[in-house]
Amino acid sequence: MTLLHFWRTHAAEFAALLGQHVMLVGISTLVAIAAGVPIGILAAKRPRAGAPIVWLANVVQTIPSLAMFGFLLPLPLVGGLGARVAIFVLILYALLPIVRTTAAGLRSVDRVLVEAGTAMGMTPRQLLRDVELPLALPSIVAGVRVAAVIGVGTATIAAAVGAGGLGEYIFRGLSMVDPTVILAGAIPSALLALTIDGALTALEHVLKTGQRRARRRAPAGLLVLAGLMVVAALTAAYALKGGQSAIRVGSKNFTEQIVLGELTAQAIEARTGLRVERRLNLGGTFICDRALRSGDIDVYVEYSGTAQTAIFHQPVDTDSRRVLENVKARYAEAGLTLLDPLGFENTFAMLVRGEDARRLGLHTISDLAAHTPGWRAGFGYEFLQRQDGYPGLARSYGLRFAAPPTAMDLSLIYRALAERQVDLIAGDATSGLIAAYGLVMLQDDRHYFPPYDAAPVARTPVLLAHPEVREALAALSGRITVADMRRMNHAVDAEHRDPADVAREFLGKDPR
Amino acid sequence: MATPPVAIRFDGVHLTRGTVAVLRGLTLDIRAGETVALVGRSGAGKSTILKLINRLLLPAAGEVLVESRSTSSWDPFELRRRIGYVMQEVGLFPHMSIAENIAVVPRLLGWDDGRVAARVEELLALVGLQPLEYARRRPDELSGGQRQRVGVARALAADPPVLLMDEPFGALDPVTRAEMHREFRRIQGQVQKTVVLVTHDMAEAFALATRVGVLADGVLAALDTPAAVARSRDPRVRPLLEPLLEASAAFGEDRHTGSPPTPDRDPGRDGVAP
Repeated sequence: MTLLHFWRTHAAEFAALLGQHVMLVGISTLVAIAAGVPIGILAAKRPRAGAPIVWLANVVQTIPSLAMFGFLLPLPLVGGLGARVAIFVLILYALLPIVRTTAAGLRSVDRVLVEAGTAMGMTPRQLLRDVELPLALPSIVAGVRVAAVIGVGTATIAAAVGAGGLGEYIFRGLSMVDPTVILAGAIPSALLALTIDGALTALEHVLKTGQRRARRRAPAGLLVLAGLMVVAALTAAYALKGGQSAIRVGSKNFTEQIVLGELTAQAIEARTGLRVERRLNLGGTFICDRALRSGDIDVYVEYSGTAQTAIFHQPVDTDSRRVLENVKARYAEAGLTLLDPLGFENTFAMLVRGEDARRLGLHTISDLAAHTPGWRAGFGYEFLQRQDGYPGLARSYGLRFAAPPTAMDLSLIYRALAERQVDLIAGDATSGLIAAYGLVMLQDDRHYFPPYDAAPVARTPVLLAHPEVREALAALSGRITVADMRRMNHAVDAEHRDPADVAREFLGKDPR
Repeated sequence: MATPPVAIRFDGVHLTRGTVAVLRGLTLDIRAGETVALVGRSGAGKSTILKLINRLLLPAAGEVLVESRSTSSWDPFELRRRIGYVMQEVGLFPHMSIAENIAVVPRLLGWDDGRVAARVEELLALVGLQPLEYARRRPDELSGGQRQRVGVARALAADPPVLLMDEPFGALDPVTRAEMHREFRRIQGQVQKTVVLVTHDMAEAFALATRVGVLADGVLAALDTPAAVARSRDPRVRPLLEPLLEASAAFGEDRHTGSPPTPDRDPGRDGVAP
């Protein structure tokens, strides 16, 4: 699928995502201007009062954006999923450049001009308005330019918390291992950054050297523009919030989850006629769980073992039934309902290249121990951290590696193995890429990994208010086998088909 | 002719900067319509005196009276808008046109557009700049001398009774400076302001002022007509006259430094005669 073809077939979606992206950056930059310029003035005029704020803005700037989303998700008012938290984070990032350039611009105003203005009887306020701010304006615009360009980049990360924007394509492309989809988001995002950079550089130039008339009208023009964008933003935010009656389906950020999210969404749509809002591709287990608890999503598919260890911090248990019951009870305490499993299990799969498996006669994880001291391993971030992940695995099987395992994004890990960057990975048992890359899954002969039965978990009040949603979810129970799941994953990952189509096909073939 | 009223009075003014006493009991009357030049070495407190008049500084002791009111009882903004200020660096606002620069104080005073426009045109003509040609230009499109003319126009914009000039022509080349001296006398002849001018150049003081004050050690070492100051034997005044003597010696008997209109303003005649 070529890039142009992708854009043509996804024109409406593309336009919406581009619009969201512009809106995210636009609103956050405008708010940052509204807050940052006064802070910059304070920092320039009252360094003692301004210094702590500038220091704080400095610290904020050093926090990686994904970590920032993680911090903010559970907070009231600014936290949660979607545009709100994204805009908040973008504002924080945009503040520093604007504060800095405002303060620097004001400080660099010629002392002689300040003295002249004062001697002519200007009040400090008049001096600021008529002399200092106009002279600092090119510097301020330079700060806005930097802030907006950073914002365009950071806003792509916002897709991880369901804020939409062009990052949606980048994350989708990463999880589908489809460079075309990645580029479909990355190229317009880069072009957007260049456009903003160019436009504001031009404005800066006009302000520095240009005609008086343009200079005098620019602030008024910016103000009008700002007003318009705020109105547009409020309208959009209202529209995005939409009716409260919609059922919001979430998913984590890998292929299987997106397919399951689509399956769940389509099943609810088909059975109930309720409006379904998709908040797929959220950045991981923790974000999904928090979103569910905060009411930002109503349902998503979780895996029993993941819930047991990663969400409820319970010891690893290898008994499938016991884990399901334990998890179900703990969800119930939190006002959440774990529905019946969908039928397949997605355990961690220790994967090696097919040729290595044949050459070395590898069948089980135990077979590995003799070879790993000369190997490199690549694991996902979660696997490296989780109680039921790498540390326990290494202990249980006595595995040692040439170097500490490389932390990699799940979407890149299969290719890294196939391309010999690493020799062993922890993937998903249901991944379509296992067949696509000719990888071999080693047997967990010591039963180290707990069961990972996939089952929808939903907010109990929603199920009570809409019994038909419970029916729709119950109808999926036991319907999806490991083979089904691998086939669907393969269709998306290897055949680059649309997850929604794949889900539709499966539901159509398997009528209830 | 009756003596004009006192416009500005310094009454025992003390001022210290850090631990250094800049002014030590300065007493000085400046009468309406006269041009007083204050001369002194760098750091003698010349600029400080101007800043005391428009209340950029307040005295540590003593009083500065403008129009018989202590500067400490004036509203500083109202006071400053009644006092024109010309500085060496001119300080024209680079983001405003010439007309807008001249209009600053009238606008602060709330004049209407028509009155401002008429005043700008009048002032440009007064300082010898074609209004049609210069009003819309920006400061960086003017020569140094032209900028200083605009600086004078801006200081006179709201027709203030008092004009303060801090080394106004110090940054100009000698030819332009001489031209500006002539222009100043012509303009002052028309507007008759109370002018306090600060300079380190005795020749400039003689060329422009009706009275010259010499500042030394925080007090006035002399305050008199140029002719009287030129004849001073005061050891605090003599060194400031030296450059004039040297320049005159180079010309021999035939000296004309600034084409002064009246004999008592001619430093060649009065400054050199033994």
